[in-house]
Amino acid sequence: MMEFRKLKSVLAMSVVALGALSTPVMARDLRIATEGTYAPWSFVDEKGNLTGWDVDIAKALCEEMKVKCQIVAQEWDGIIPGLLAKKYDMIVASMTVTEKRKQQVAFSQKYKNTTSQFVAAKGSYPDTSPAALAGKRIGVQRGSSQDTFLTDNYKDSEIVRYDKTTDPEMDLIAGRIDLLLANRVTSMVGFLATPEAANFGLVGKEYSGGVLGEGNAIAVRKDDPELLKQVNSALDAIFKNGKYDQVTSKYFKFKLM
Amino acid sequence: MLDFQLMSDAFPKLMGGVGLTGKLSILILLLGMMLAIPIAYARNAQSVWLHGPANAYILLIRGIPSLLQVFMVYYGLGQLDFVRHSALWPILRDPFWCVIIALGLNSAAYTAEIISGALRLIAKGPVEAAYALGLSWFQTQRKVTIPLAIRAALPAYENEIILTVKATSLASTVTLMDLTGVARLEVANTYAPYEIFLTAGAIYFCITTTLSWLLRRLEQRLSLEHMKTLNPTPLQQTETVHA
Repeated sequence: MMEFRKLKSVLAMSVVALGALSTPVMARDLRIATEGTYAPWSFVDEKGNLTGWDVDIAKALCEEMKVKCQIVAQEWDGIIPGLLAKKYDMIVASMTVTEKRKQQVAFSQKYKNTTSQFVAAKGSYPDTSPAALAGKRIGVQRGSSQDTFLTDNYKDSEIVRYDKTTDPEMDLIAGRIDLLLANRVTSMVGFLATPEAANFGLVGKEYSGGVLGEGNAIAVRKDDPELLKQVNSALDAIFKNGKYDQVTSKYFKFKLM
Repeated sequence: MLDFQLMSDAFPKLMGGVGLTGKLSILILLLGMMLAIPIAYARNAQSVWLHGPANAYILLIRGIPSLLQVFMVYYGLGQLDFVRHSALWPILRDPFWCVIIALGLNSAAYTAEIISGALRLIAKGPVEAAYALGLSWFQTQRKVTIPLAIRAALPAYENEIILTVKATSLASTVTLMDLTGVARLEVANTYAPYEIFLTAGAIYFCITTTLSWLLRRLEQRLSLEHMKTLNPTPLQQTETVHA
């Protein structure tokens, strides 16, 4: 009897092991890329730890998917090439869904609404149409959806491109650029909340749609549909069980979706 | 594997950045040379008040990464109120001049080291001969020491020129659209870093190898052997006459 029970447990273990082999996504450690220089979405805190809204969302998703995750910081203009080169398996970095990016990667369902708005000296540019900003120097992060938006529409303005979103902020204070275009919430809780930005504010109207996309989503490789399915159901789960709002309330006084 | 269509599409755009890379390289090397000559003389001087600061400058500049030096001039100075309100701001506001100042100061340190080494290598004979002919210190430097030093310094300076051309790629970190800046924008637009950076790398390679070849030829032109064939020395002429 004892022998038989032992055999049964050994068999059960083999079944578990086989199961793990047949679903490699569950067995492997998941590597997730985020930007790391984009507070409050992803940044490095005083202790040197990667943190932020995206990092916490990524952790909540891993918990939901029951996988071990390793989150790495990756510079923005190399973040999609890095995914395609299999340096990591997914990107949780407040990435806007655009037609162009869809040609390269597969996106999850939307996990955040997003709009863009210009930042400049308080009350300086009530009209931010291309005609009103002709000849002005506008700072933007290179390769961002805002960069594409400006390149397509603001042909008479001088577009100044930076590595990180925090770089044009410094140059706006220094007076090297007249305005910058960035994610509205990012500007509100990041740059505009600092004492250095006391004389600056959001100007003109909010922009969304078109090349600016309709929202942010998580990116995975197109040849990884299994992972995409899991991410989508994990997102459903954290939207429902309150985990998503819990993470958001840690950083913002308002809801994101 | 490689998308050649993408590479040939990117090529003319990348070539559009070569002009700025060239302009930056020339101005950085000029500023570096202008500052390097007095620093090199100071470094070889007897007085500690001259060689002390010169040595300290070279040590300091060589000990800090060039990228940090660019950031210090561009973002660092831009943060200071008194700099922003000074007469220099129109220059320091411009990323172009920030890169020339930062990398020019950098190149000055390396070039000063090369020139001071070359000055120390010059044999005493020609210099003493010049003094014996009644030339002043300044005339001796101009007609004897510096030409000899240039010849001695050329192989090492060739290296500095190549390094400077490559260092201008740091300009892309402060919004300038040099060859690397254009390449990074193209990568952001195409998501094809391999093809674009490979093409940009090939362009840099062509520039640096061409420069290297030209400088080698100049070196040969200035070599003692070549000079002898151009102007036979009086001694040789006398010999031919006697024969």
